[in-house]
Amino acid sequence: MAIKVLHHGLATTVQDLGRPGYFHLGIPVGGAMDRFAMRAANLLVGNDEGAAGLEAVFIGPKLEFTEDALVAVTGADMPAKVDGVPQPGWTAFKVKSGQTLTFDFLKSGARICIAVSGGIDVPEALGSRSTYPIGALGGYKGRPLAAGDVLPVGKGSLASEGKTVDEDLRRKPDMPAELRVLPGLYWHRVTEESQENFFADEWKVANEADRMGYRFKGGRTLDFVDREQPFGAGSDPSNIVDSCYPYGSIQVPGGTEPIILHRDAVSGGGYFMVGTVISADMDLIGQLQPHTPTRFVKVTMEAALAAREERRAGLARLREALT
Amino acid sequence: MSKIEIRSPLPGTFYRSSAPDAPPFKAEGDSVASGDAIGLIEVMKTFQEVPAGVEGRNITFLVENEEPIMAGQVIAEVEA
Repeated sequence: MAIKVLHHGLATTVQDLGRPGYFHLGIPVGGAMDRFAMRAANLLVGNDEGAAGLEAVFIGPKLEFTEDALVAVTGADMPAKVDGVPQPGWTAFKVKSGQTLTFDFLKSGARICIAVSGGIDVPEALGSRSTYPIGALGGYKGRPLAAGDVLPVGKGSLASEGKTVDEDLRRKPDMPAELRVLPGLYWHRVTEESQENFFADEWKVANEADRMGYRFKGGRTLDFVDREQPFGAGSDPSNIVDSCYPYGSIQVPGGTEPIILHRDAVSGGGYFMVGTVISADMDLIGQLQPHTPTRFVKVTMEAALAAREERRAGLARLREALT
Repeated sequence: MSKIEIRSPLPGTFYRSSAPDAPPFKAEGDSVASGDAIGLIEVMKTFQEVPAGVEGRNITFLVENEEPIMAGQVIAEVEA
């Protein structure tokens, strides 16, 4: 079984749930930007949650199947078509040998996850099939897909055709999007007024938003508390002595445009971070289009942990519904 | 006379020309061939050319230069 790539879309990569455990060596966690959607797509077609699928951003790929398979498309609302016939999202549908899977215009969200029964069977690299293009690691030859590629697919089952994820289990960002943030170690570096402004202002997703980081524009510039820069820190007040960058941390170079580090992020550097987006909201970021109005909402550690529990419960309901 | 819509394949920022000091890909009223670029869209640190995708005459732009654009939004119309 194989899938022929007839068109790659904009940036389509093989992704699974990532390769945790190497961030301290500079190798990012990787994996789907919307991991809930990737888990759901896999469960719909009878795969393990951690099987590899495809992640496509803004534009879907054009794929030809060489054998019958079950396919599910989750995440963004970008209608799939089999030989031109529209298919429902968040639902397992059959693609027969010789048929072509294409996609309509993106309607909402930003990224689709495409799961195929049997999973995309590229070799694992450091325990994951996720593509990290900058490091030429994992996925299909370490790079985004291109026309002419032939993707190996594992052995799957066609048993779960028609399975669907209930509307209330699907998760989409609100408008404006709300991202909950826990202030971090360097919170004291900005003035009280700037601390308030950061959460009061409406920001917009910038065009410079990708798997490494999501940049935001439009809020007021942060002012820093005066200090003599410590030895080892750069001269800009937004510089710190080099530090680890957590997944989800929000750095604000020069105090102007916040950048949330995401799945393919750099692991450390010399910019201060206002805080970290809580784990429960990271999937939502993967579904934000450029120009989406966004608010940051200040939460406590207790609220962050409660939100994490809530996401775990949502995932448990998904598993119960699909397995 | 029937009008054909040219839609944006992706979200981002729309540009009428390839560089700030370059002439626009297409002026109002121009004819277009299917493979002609009618603009650029900036997203994820890249610039993607937008092909007309249709053949037609007398193009009318509905999106300004440097305007934010959503996927599926109508950028321009041409007469068949």
